[in-house]
Amino acid sequence: MTQPVPYSEALQEFEPVIGLETHVELGTASKMFCGCATAFGAEPNTQVCPVCLGLPGALPVVNATAIESTIRIGLALHCDIATWCRFARKNYFYPDMPKNFQTSQYDEPLCTDGYLDVQVPGESGTAETVRIPIERVHLEEDTGKSLHVGGATGRIHGATHSLVDYNRAGIPLVEIVTKPVTGTGPMPGQVAKAYVAELRDVLRGLGVSDVRMEQGSLRCDVNVSLNRPGQEWGTRSETKNVNSLRSVERSVRSEVERQAGVLRAGGRIVQETRHFHEDTGMSTSGRSKEEATDYRYFPEPDLVPIAPDPAWVAELKAALPEAPSGRRTRLLADLGLSGLDAQAMVNAGVLDLVLATVDAGAPPAEARNWWLGHLAQAANTAGVEAVELAITPVQVARVAALVAEGALTAGLARQVVAGVLAGEGDPDAVVASRGLAVVSDEAALATSVGDAIAAQPDAAQKVRDGKVQAAGALVGAVMKSTGGQADASVVRRLVLEALGVRP
Amino acid sequence: MTDLTRLTADQLAAAIAARDTSATEVAQAHLDRIAAVDGDVHAFLHVDAEGALEQARRVDAGELTGPLAGVPLALKDLLCTKGVPTTAGSRILAGWCPPYDATVTARLKAAGVVILGKTNLDEFAMGSSTEHSAYGPTHNPWDLTRIPGGSGGGSSAAVAAFQAPLAIGTDTGGSIRQPAAVTGTVGVKPTYGGVSRYGLIAFSSSLDQAGPCARTVLDAALLHEVVAGHDPRDSTSIDAPVPPVVAAARQGALGDLSGVRVGVVKELSGEGYEPGVQERFAEAVALLQDLGATVTEVSCPYFDYALAAYYLIAPAEASSNLARFDAVRYGLRVGDDGVHSLDEVTALTRGQGFGAEVKRRIILGTYALSSGYYDAYYGSAQKVRTLITRDFEAAFARTDVLVAPTCPTVAFPLGAKLADPLAMYRQDVASIPANLYGGPAMSLPAGLSEGLPVGLQIMAPTLKDDRLYRVGAAMETAYLDRWGGPLLAQAPELVAS
Repeated sequence: MTQPVPYSEALQEFEPVIGLETHVELGTASKMFCGCATAFGAEPNTQVCPVCLGLPGALPVVNATAIESTIRIGLALHCDIATWCRFARKNYFYPDMPKNFQTSQYDEPLCTDGYLDVQVPGESGTAETVRIPIERVHLEEDTGKSLHVGGATGRIHGATHSLVDYNRAGIPLVEIVTKPVTGTGPMPGQVAKAYVAELRDVLRGLGVSDVRMEQGSLRCDVNVSLNRPGQEWGTRSETKNVNSLRSVERSVRSEVERQAGVLRAGGRIVQETRHFHEDTGMSTSGRSKEEATDYRYFPEPDLVPIAPDPAWVAELKAALPEAPSGRRTRLLADLGLSGLDAQAMVNAGVLDLVLATVDAGAPPAEARNWWLGHLAQAANTAGVEAVELAITPVQVARVAALVAEGALTAGLARQVVAGVLAGEGDPDAVVASRGLAVVSDEAALATSVGDAIAAQPDAAQKVRDGKVQAAGALVGAVMKSTGGQADASVVRRLVLEALGVRP
Repeated sequence: MTDLTRLTADQLAAAIAARDTSATEVAQAHLDRIAAVDGDVHAFLHVDAEGALEQARRVDAGELTGPLAGVPLALKDLLCTKGVPTTAGSRILAGWCPPYDATVTARLKAAGVVILGKTNLDEFAMGSSTEHSAYGPTHNPWDLTRIPGGSGGGSSAAVAAFQAPLAIGTDTGGSIRQPAAVTGTVGVKPTYGGVSRYGLIAFSSSLDQAGPCARTVLDAALLHEVVAGHDPRDSTSIDAPVPPVVAAARQGALGDLSGVRVGVVKELSGEGYEPGVQERFAEAVALLQDLGATVTEVSCPYFDYALAAYYLIAPAEASSNLARFDAVRYGLRVGDDGVHSLDEVTALTRGQGFGAEVKRRIILGTYALSSGYYDAYYGSAQKVRTLITRDFEAAFARTDVLVAPTCPTVAFPLGAKLADPLAMYRQDVASIPANLYGGPAMSLPAGLSEGLPVGLQIMAPTLKDDRLYRVGAAMETAYLDRWGGPLLAQAPELVAS
């Protein structure tokens, strides 16, 4: 084992080349080559038929919606769309692959030669655009899932037996492959992460997939190689099992550090598949690819060629939704939010939520603050995406409106949101049931103010002596005694008045 | 009393429809015949008496009707039958009962056809003699010491032995036509895509085609119309009307071929074809002229490479198609003892489950698709396939049908070619071009050589299957006159063993 080289040091000594292969499960109602359902989480082997089980004699029929979705993805990524192409068989034995070949595409993919522009933080704090070249977008079928039983790690090594669930077998899978990405300078990891985030946004905008990395509907293989400046590209490794945006960045980082260590020690990078471990942020060596597997590709004889009508493709292109990047730029300019805000909102998966909240009447800054702050944190704590939280943009906008009216303080507003998240109903219902309205009866507050001054004579004296900032302790005491339901600015005014200080 | 097993399908259907007999009686007569002679012939791997009698009962109850309602049929054991064992002639599928019906099976059932059972074949349809069946060979009813052809020897032998008036075969390189030729029966490979392959256990996907086996051209046509037609579950199925084959057979039976242009393929004759086969073929050509057809010789130079191209394409596809037999989900499983690994169980199962010929072709096909060899082998073979198609197209620009012997020899003795795979492969030299092209082709009895049947092959352009039936029926009528009855009447009587 050689010692890894710290990331920034490694990137001063070596130039990284990265490449990403992304697999996206399409959200079609039925599978790629049969009519079986595709719902996630069903009982094992309940969404299967002779076709997706690879029974003798069964034949595939192409899912037209999957073809359309793939072409739309290609168009959104500025690719050329093939006028004629075929499926091919990729032959290898694996028990979760029912036919022991995968129906995929080989030298005739549906979409080729595109790009995706992504934004990363630049040197001056502004967003910088990096163009990621796309090699190809093709369509294939997913495999089943193996469960290895009896081993310590759930991996096949040491297992006593294995179970296979074929529900996933045959779900349409789009593979999006970048060309090698160079010139990422000191931030190959950020570029990789920004690419996957942007791609996820594009796919979500197209409505072709639910792009849930944690459920495996978006999966990433990260290729990394290092070379010394001016020298040929190095041997690459391919890291699999990268199941979150954070892991995309971390896997690049750890692989750069590992490879730099090997190279600096005079070692040789082995062409191999590596497995990323979410818990440690490290990868371990998998299968060596030095002896390349011969997949014996040949055109799938059970299917006829696909020849998308150029007029139809043109229609699909015209009907594409606005690209997330363009939409973002346009809306942010309208709202007066910055490019970096936008990137942050994209990364947190809240951009659409912010925009919808603004649409529902909230001031842009309020919408941004809620979703990027308190709600992003709530999602993070709950381990879900923000969009999965039990609060809608309309509800957030209502909370913001109540604050603007003076009916809620910031603290009360957070309590109202907590109530909504806990399923207690709309903001107004939570306000009513929890009794969270602001106490604006100054006579009632005056009593609390008097109590606070009596309890903290030292603080009161300091304020009388002109140390106005000492009033904070008194205001805090009043807020506490009123259960946070008072308007802090009113309390502050009353405290100062009571102590004879002009606010 | 009439022996029901001697009637044609057309006659049986009419008698059942007229209530002169019942589907149940017809089914029972054929089951009895199977019980009497199949010990010697071994055409069947599985007889489904219960299923057959139940289907016959439904026909008799009027639940199922159609031109072939109540007519018994023998189904090649390469087509899936729900709940009924389907083995593909292989040990690796011993005991497997599919959970679904092939489209062909479903159409037969819906038409009231009575499926008697599943017939023997070379394992996964790879062979020309049925000797590669894991369950022992079928014997030719003309001479029990000889092969019935293959791979569909069971289907053709069942028809020739009067165990069934109809059978379904599958034809990848001649597996319907060559057995028909050597058993003195009729067999048709329809246009590729004319009959659904859904539920047909794949040997070579781009070549496989199911089709009818019968004792008369009209019977074959009746069966053809029942099973053919577009199937949305087979992407290679042609979405076009079924050619009017029954009408063509009836027209042809009038015996007039005036205006029909017949091409004799120069490359499918001469060296390698037995003298007796060549004699019968020359007579057939003369007969075509007697019936009014115009006969010319055509040259299809790339046919010389058809056998070589076939033995790259078919094994290549087979190597992939047969990968699914891995002991994981169904069929044989060897070595699952908690000691052997998954890979070892798969290897042991395939090692013991596949026969030598299947392994030979898997290895051949794997090699042909390998990186670095693909262009030289599989790629070149596909180019040859295109050139053969062009040969056909050029020939059909000048002719309506092409004729040739179906195969170079009469039925050879069991065991004669087992040690020489290339000699076995050459059985299909004349039938393979039609598979590579995709057009329809028929074999019908053209007389005897040394007391054994010889086949005449007719080939037509894609989707012109009706032309086969018109020309075939005309020839059949002329032969009936010449022979004073069907050729099978000259076959030795099988004695119940």
